[in-house]
Amino acid sequence: MKGTNLGEFEEIALLTILVLKDDAYGVSIKREINEQGKRNISRGALHTALSRLEEKGLLTSKQGEGNEDRGGRPKRYYEVTNKGLTALQEAKEVRDQLWSQVPAFRLQ
Amino acid sequence: MSNKSAHQPPRWADRFLEWYCRSEILEDLQGDLYEHFERNTISKGKRKARQIYCLDVLNFFRPYTIKKFKIVNNLTSFIMFKNYFKTSVRSIARNKLFSAINVIGLAVSMSIGLLMIAFISEVFSFDKFHKDGDRVYRVNNIYQEQQEDPTPFATTSIIMSDRIKESIPGVESQVLMTRGFGGDAKLDEKIIPISGLWATEGFNDVFSFEILQGNPETMLSEPNSIVLTDETAKKIFGDTDPMNQTFILGKEDLYTVTGIIKKPPFNSHFTFQALGSYITYTNQNRKGERGENWYNAWNNMWMNYVYVKLAPNTDVNDVNQRLLALGEKESEKYEHITITSELQPLYGMMAGPDLSNNIGVSIGGAVIWVLAGFTLVVLLSAGFNYTNLSIARSLKRAKEVGVRKVVGATKRQVFNQFITEATIISVIALVFAYLIFMFIKPHFLGLDPSIERSLQLEITPILFLYFFIFALAVGLLAGFVPAMFLSKLKTVQALKNAGSTKLFSKVNMRKVLIVIQFTLSMAFIISASIAYTQFKYALNFDLGFKTENVLNIELQNNDWQKIETAFASIPEVQMISKSAMIPSVGSTYLVDMKYNNDSTELFYNTIDENYIDLMDHEIIAGAHFTKKSSESEESEVILNEETLKRFNLGTPNEAIGKQVEIDENNLTIIGVVRDFHYDKLDQGIKSFGFRNRSNSFYYVNLKLNSSDLPATMAKIENAWNEVDPVHKLQAQFYDENIESAYSEYVIMGTIVGFLAVLTVSIAALGLLGMAVYTAETRMKEISIRKVLGATEGSLVSLLTRGFMWLLVISAALAIPLTYLLFEQQILNDIENRATIGVLELFTGVLIIFAIGILTIGSQVRRAAKANPAQTLRSE
Repeated sequence: MKGTNLGEFEEIALLTILVLKDDAYGVSIKREINEQGKRNISRGALHTALSRLEEKGLLTSKQGEGNEDRGGRPKRYYEVTNKGLTALQEAKEVRDQLWSQVPAFRLQ
Repeated sequence: MSNKSAHQPPRWADRFLEWYCRSEILEDLQGDLYEHFERNTISKGKRKARQIYCLDVLNFFRPYTIKKFKIVNNLTSFIMFKNYFKTSVRSIARNKLFSAINVIGLAVSMSIGLLMIAFISEVFSFDKFHKDGDRVYRVNNIYQEQQEDPTPFATTSIIMSDRIKESIPGVESQVLMTRGFGGDAKLDEKIIPISGLWATEGFNDVFSFEILQGNPETMLSEPNSIVLTDETAKKIFGDTDPMNQTFILGKEDLYTVTGIIKKPPFNSHFTFQALGSYITYTNQNRKGERGENWYNAWNNMWMNYVYVKLAPNTDVNDVNQRLLALGEKESEKYEHITITSELQPLYGMMAGPDLSNNIGVSIGGAVIWVLAGFTLVVLLSAGFNYTNLSIARSLKRAKEVGVRKVVGATKRQVFNQFITEATIISVIALVFAYLIFMFIKPHFLGLDPSIERSLQLEITPILFLYFFIFALAVGLLAGFVPAMFLSKLKTVQALKNAGSTKLFSKVNMRKVLIVIQFTLSMAFIISASIAYTQFKYALNFDLGFKTENVLNIELQNNDWQKIETAFASIPEVQMISKSAMIPSVGSTYLVDMKYNNDSTELFYNTIDENYIDLMDHEIIAGAHFTKKSSESEESEVILNEETLKRFNLGTPNEAIGKQVEIDENNLTIIGVVRDFHYDKLDQGIKSFGFRNRSNSFYYVNLKLNSSDLPATMAKIENAWNEVDPVHKLQAQFYDENIESAYSEYVIMGTIVGFLAVLTVSIAALGLLGMAVYTAETRMKEISIRKVLGATEGSLVSLLTRGFMWLLVISAALAIPLTYLLFEQQILNDIENRATIGVLELFTGVLIIFAIGILTIGSQVRRAAKANPAQTLRSE
């Protein structure tokens, strides 16, 4: 089913948002991916991915409060929708299923 | 907020982000970036953080972040445009004088601009009809003798064609052409002179002239084949089908028509009436050892053109490299000369450099740039007028701007309004400019026969588009500064007191513009008068022989004996002589001369025994030629003094009797002629010799002594027609020959003079506007001064002084600049030239001063004479 298939980066982004719970906004998401994924992603790429996910309906966002660091500008908090959760589940199932079929000796 | 200002991300990046980013996402995106920046500043340092910030901003420049086209915004500006238009038209109508000055000035200068656009677009449209023309190039030779400056030629050697075939890859097809094909076509009773080119069968592969009849591949392959243009075919054969017909061309050569090509269009850089198959030329000339050697010589490069069509993806530089290497190798055979070659693109021929032996006319890139430069100057002058007057008037518009701003106009909207006004003026000016353009076009084309032959300045629809765009551009540029200035006005200031000094902050800029305007005007006038002096100087120059009452008549392949006999019976003809060419009007003949293992190029003319007497040359030693039978071999030569010096031949008397080798013949020096100017005056005097060969005369020279010139001319024409009824008499007085040889000075003088008149009128208009304005705004001041006892004279000098100073500064700039320009650049290479006198330099300045005083004076006097009671009463 086209549209709910998640890209690798999209999956990571969604999972990171879930991990961050109420504190998922641009800067924190990037930092979390940097730390957990041990990789440096570009802000542009992340923002593109987030807005595409939002377009697909896997994410919603709302404006939050601003603070001094941000020059008084509000944060945009992201939240995973039910559709997003389903998509994640499906992705995980596919992977688990495939993992379970990989012969054990291949993994050593 | 204190630490915020301490760590500022780069301002331009921030602005850029705000400019492109959609407002919905701008806020949080910028917030994220700020926060990120803040962290980076702490962890990585300020410099690094700023760098990252910039990169991030650029990185976010993606389709989904860019602002959408805002229809609403455009709608309001469209509505506002109606308002701008209305106010602009009202303001134009209200200030009739200023509008008139602007419209007239712009119209006059834009008409020149239109002329330039038509001119340039036509020049660049040349040869565009050839298919794949962007791959077609001509092989141009560069001829260099010893250490002298290399001379570029449009011609190359015949052998070049074979060399390209053998050693240069990447050439798809090529054509070799040679000048000099043609003669009188005889069919039944008809005799029609035709001229054209010898061409190989590659002609139709390289060029795409329209073929009406015949096989394009083979029409030029057989000997004695001829291809005619439809026009020529009609002249010879009338309405009968010309294909496969035969006729006699020249003396007795029989040619068969193998193809009909449509007459070359106007925008082809070369033209022809007929093409002869090249094999015919080869058969005629490649005879015997001498013919063979000549045909294959690398330096036989004066008549032949090679055009190549490169295969797609061939690198031109690569071909040029190979040509250069080839030329260097081939030139090793020659002691003193190096002949190399390079490619010239077909599309650049018309606007290309001025080459010797060109196949047709070319305008020359330099001329285009010079004309474009002049045009720009005239346009600038009119643009300055607009800027100056608008800024001066801004005083009156300031209130309007203030009110607009109070009501809510942004800076940009005010700017738009004034730009609109300038554009409207320039579009109105365009209408007038077009009328003027139509008027001056025929005059421009009529400047010189060569211009008329190569240009039409046809008006095409696309040209109208160019004209319109041009008008818009002029409007935008002219209106830019005033619009900037007015839109920057501070609302409060503009409303508080329009007359405040702040508004006059641009006064210096206005002065600078006026100075530039007048400097240019003066420079133009001075240049025109220098060109005119130069022309007069060339005409009156003592060439070293006499040209008065000498009539030169082209022989046009007639037997000179018959012609001579015919003219001899006319009593007004005092003397008759014959020569190969007419010296001193720009063309020269060259031949190799050797003496004692030394060799040089000898300029020469072939003459008969009467020529030296007739032209009144001074023989300083030795004798004249004597009459010989027409079969006798060439054996004698008369050299000039310079040649004796060049070869150390001793004094004139010592030189007599010595043998020199000229054109592989041993000739005895029988006389020495006083140095004279055999070339145009911009060239110096080098080695020159008179040769005496009976079979190479192309001109008859008549010395006339007539009290009734028209009657004599009629007699000469009758005598000519009796001998040769086919060709028209081609006769020109020597003085006229010289005059047309220097016509370039006249053309330059005319163009520059005309532009001078334009710039001066435009500048004077501008000055008038400024004077009117000054008089108007200072009316009260003048009245008060008058009431307090100032005399009219003192008032006039008060008001005039400022302007006069500007004129003096302009003169101080213009005179030395023009002088240096001519002295160092334009006239520098010219061997004989008139010195630039005080008169030429100062006439222009005086004219400008006179015009300036008149314009300002008229206004100022009016103001000074006005009754102070009238002006002060209204207070």
